Amino acid sequence: MWLTRPLRERSTQLFLGILFAALAVVTLLHVTMPQNSALYVSSYTVTLMGKYLCYALLAVAVDLVWGYLGILSLGHGAFFALGGYAMGMYLMRQIGDRGVYGDPILPDFMVFLNWQELPWFWHGFDMAWFAFIMVMLAPGLLALVFGFLAFRSRVTGVYLSIITQALTFALMLAFFRNEMGFGGNNGLTDFKDILGFNLRTDATRLGLFIASGIALAIGYLVCRGIVTSKLGRVSIACRDAEARARFLGYRVDRVQLFVFVVSAMIAGVAGALYVPQVGIINPSEFSPLFSIEIVVWVALGGRATLYGAVIGAILVNYAKTVFTGVMPDAWLFALGGLFVLVTVFLPKGIAGLLAKRKKAKPDDSDSGTPDGTATDKPSGQEATA
Amino acid sequence: MSFFEEMADREHVFHFLTPQASPVDVRHGPILYLEDVNVSFDGFKAINNLNLTIDDGELRCIIGPNGAGKTTMMDIITGKTAPDTGSVWFGTRHNLLTKNEPEIASLGIGRKFQKPTVFEALTVFENLELAMATDKRVIPTLRAKMRAEFRERIEEVLVTIGLKDHRDLLAGILSHGQKQWLEIGMLLMQKPRLLLVDEPVAGMTEQEMERTAELLTSLAGKQSVVVVEHDMGFVRSIARKVTVLHQGSVLAEGSMDQVSNDPEVIKVYLGEEA
Repeated sequence: MWLTRPLRERSTQLFLGILFAALAVVTLLHVTMPQNSALYVSSYTVTLMGKYLCYALLAVAVDLVWGYLGILSLGHGAFFALGGYAMGMYLMRQIGDRGVYGDPILPDFMVFLNWQELPWFWHGFDMAWFAFIMVMLAPGLLALVFGFLAFRSRVTGVYLSIITQALTFALMLAFFRNEMGFGGNNGLTDFKDILGFNLRTDATRLGLFIASGIALAIGYLVCRGIVTSKLGRVSIACRDAEARARFLGYRVDRVQLFVFVVSAMIAGVAGALYVPQVGIINPSEFSPLFSIEIVVWVALGGRATLYGAVIGAILVNYAKTVFTGVMPDAWLFALGGLFVLVTVFLPKGIAGLLAKRKKAKPDDSDSGTPDGTATDKPSGQEATA
Repeated sequence: MSFFEEMADREHVFHFLTPQASPVDVRHGPILYLEDVNVSFDGFKAINNLNLTIDDGELRCIIGPNGAGKTTMMDIITGKTAPDTGSVWFGTRHNLLTKNEPEIASLGIGRKFQKPTVFEALTVFENLELAMATDKRVIPTLRAKMRAEFRERIEEVLVTIGLKDHRDLLAGILSHGQKQWLEIGMLLMQKPRLLLVDEPVAGMTEQEMERTAELLTSLAGKQSVVVVEHDMGFVRSIARKVTVLHQGSVLAEGSMDQVSNDPEVIKVYLGEEA
């Protein structure tokens, strides 16, 4: 089956092995070490790493469409945020009458706005299963409608990038409005518990961290499954020679739509796991700048490798945490500088560097997988970047 | 087969889901039929009352000076350009003007572009795999498995196009001539009824040209082949019937000798070269 095929691949085994080992080590150190030990991993750090894992999952989603399909989405933050909002709505309904105003049904911000009843689209979010479906359905549906219109009219390249950017910007402005019913610029916050577990306890935080890790593993597997299937090769074909693919009988627009929707749904899951860990979702997640940052992570890590996206997302965000702690004003300059340096000296990103290392050693490549070949693409094709 | 049996049958796709690719009807001779086709771009008449008939199994060469409308004609047949007026039929059953590119491709019309376009980031083998005549819809493609018969078919074509030793190389590092062959191989994988080949020997060496000529002539009979070419020597070596296009319509048609002695044709060609 396409989903289990990557499990037989060495690169996937290695990736999943490292990921699960990291999850196990962090969990072990957090649970067993005494608080004053140097090896103790604090709850704060666990949540921070959970956040990185969500970003990594988001980066994988972006790499799927950018690296393998050639669609540079500058609006993936929108799908991430929609998934986050779906989760946020569930968490808001879980608060019940423990809010500041004590209304059993209405979230605080609605009471504050003098609303009498719950808007229709808030119904159902008190049920976890419904909310968790919406986490994937809402971004998937947006991607479906948006992608259907864009790909059918054969909008690609820079134009598509600009439209995706406009999409997320428009959504940001919409979500800023109080009348939208999503809490305006304050967003949704003050969450109490998830599935009955108190969000403030260490155990819940650890659980969310592990859930993020598992989500990353599954997301990676889904993307890798697509990429190593024949559909993955068709995607590369659509990326490099769209007209050729069409004359071979492939419906390029359908291929693009399918992969785009899958990517959006993965981004939605990433957002949903992110929200309970940071404790808030507000329209700033829709900001175009955030979506561009995601692309920078992928570019730094190495495009069209998937694991490169994970490395990029974690490294950049770790650097961001350190930098904004030491000198907050310098972060954007550092990010920009890093981006320029990598583009000039490591055009294939960090993953490209790793691949070069591997090639220098005696060759044990896994029988011409598309990922190796995709990164060997002539540089002229990357002009769309 | 009863309704329930059919619903319970897991070996086959329900018949109402199978694509209605009715076979191409060539009982009346022609496989491709263009009548009174006109196309203009911003007032420039690229195709002007073009009438052209290709018989089943024929190898036809189309020549003509630059701007004669050769590539535009290919665009019309493959659905890339819609003509202003006229009709284009594939066999007697399929009106090509009502179909889009993938539909026309799956009917059995394969096209080789002027500039070799292969998927450079994929291997030779993978290029052929993608071209294979199978279900090209998204989900079946995602779940597609490499079956032994597919592999055999690919190996067969690899031998035909002489790239057997290069099967695992990236298509991007092939020579120009090899890319041309790979592209012809991709057309063969589609099992087309009609092959449209745009300038197959551009930039080829003498030997490569000879091999290409052999390849194309060996295909004719099983498939219908339409070759657009500038190189007169090459056309002479393969052609049985030649059509000369000029300013978007047919100027002359016949054997190479007939055509090259036609005073109109001489005027057009000499007039250009003089």
